[in-house]
Amino acid sequence: MAKAAVKKTAAAAPSAERRAALAGQELSAAGVTLAVLPPAERISLRAPDASIAALSRALGVTLPRKPKTSASKAGRTALWLGPDEWLVIDEAEKDPLADCAKVTVLHSAVGISHRNVAISVTGPAAATTINSGCPQDLSLGAFPVGAASRTILGKVEIVLLRTEAHTFRVECWRSFSDYVFTFLSEAAGDAAA
Amino acid sequence: MLLIRCPYCEEERPELEFRNAGEAHIARSANMAGESDDDFEKFFFIRSNPKGIIYERWRHMHGCARFFNAVRDTVTDKFIMTYKAGEPKPAKLPGASK
Repeated sequence: MAKAAVKKTAAAAPSAERRAALAGQELSAAGVTLAVLPPAERISLRAPDASIAALSRALGVTLPRKPKTSASKAGRTALWLGPDEWLVIDEAEKDPLADCAKVTVLHSAVGISHRNVAISVTGPAAATTINSGCPQDLSLGAFPVGAASRTILGKVEIVLLRTEAHTFRVECWRSFSDYVFTFLSEAAGDAAA
Repeated sequence: MLLIRCPYCEEERPELEFRNAGEAHIARSANMAGESDDDFEKFFFIRSNPKGIIYERWRHMHGCARFFNAVRDTVTDKFIMTYKAGEPKPAKLPGASK
């Protein structure tokens, strides 16, 4: 982790300006609001069953084992993506990669903080907005609060997390973020109509 | 839209999340270098392409990303059942007429 420490001191110098993808974009339509969420730490975690307990202890959040679920604790969310795959999002500015590095059991943790951009979709028409490009059933019965799934939106892959009854977090790859935001903007207009 | 049951996600999901990955249960020879040209051709190129029940590999590409096997009717396009990769060919198909 020495490398990460060096990086952080270097970033403190005001020599470079980091511009996040979609920075400052937002959109409000009747019944739905889109907002670009602030940067977060993210890791892609792969691990066999035998490693789950140790990794959960190290991360401070129990890795969910049921399909389409997530677990959240102290600003850190673990999303079930596959039988041995999780997306861990940390919004408390702590580094989950460093926590995983202390674990000696078999696992693979890859930092993808800057690969993804998160967009929040909020409001009574949020589900309708996302459903304009996502074929999954987003009713509260089938996709309750806390449900998370990798799926598609229009032509791209997204990871969808329902944080509240009328709030979704859409995680997409950085290079697709413009497409996703434009798609959701169009959809928000339609959903409001 | 077709709904396909993913045995790993344990629910039916829209077909847009899936990709077909060819015929299932094609055993790869343990001694590939010793295969005759004819046997290799059969393994590599020749597929059954039946009219009716077919066993296929599918991948939940935009979901859990897992490969699994599916039994599908090529006439009606109906998925009869799906099961996890590595599991044997089901002896009995649910609701199959034959």
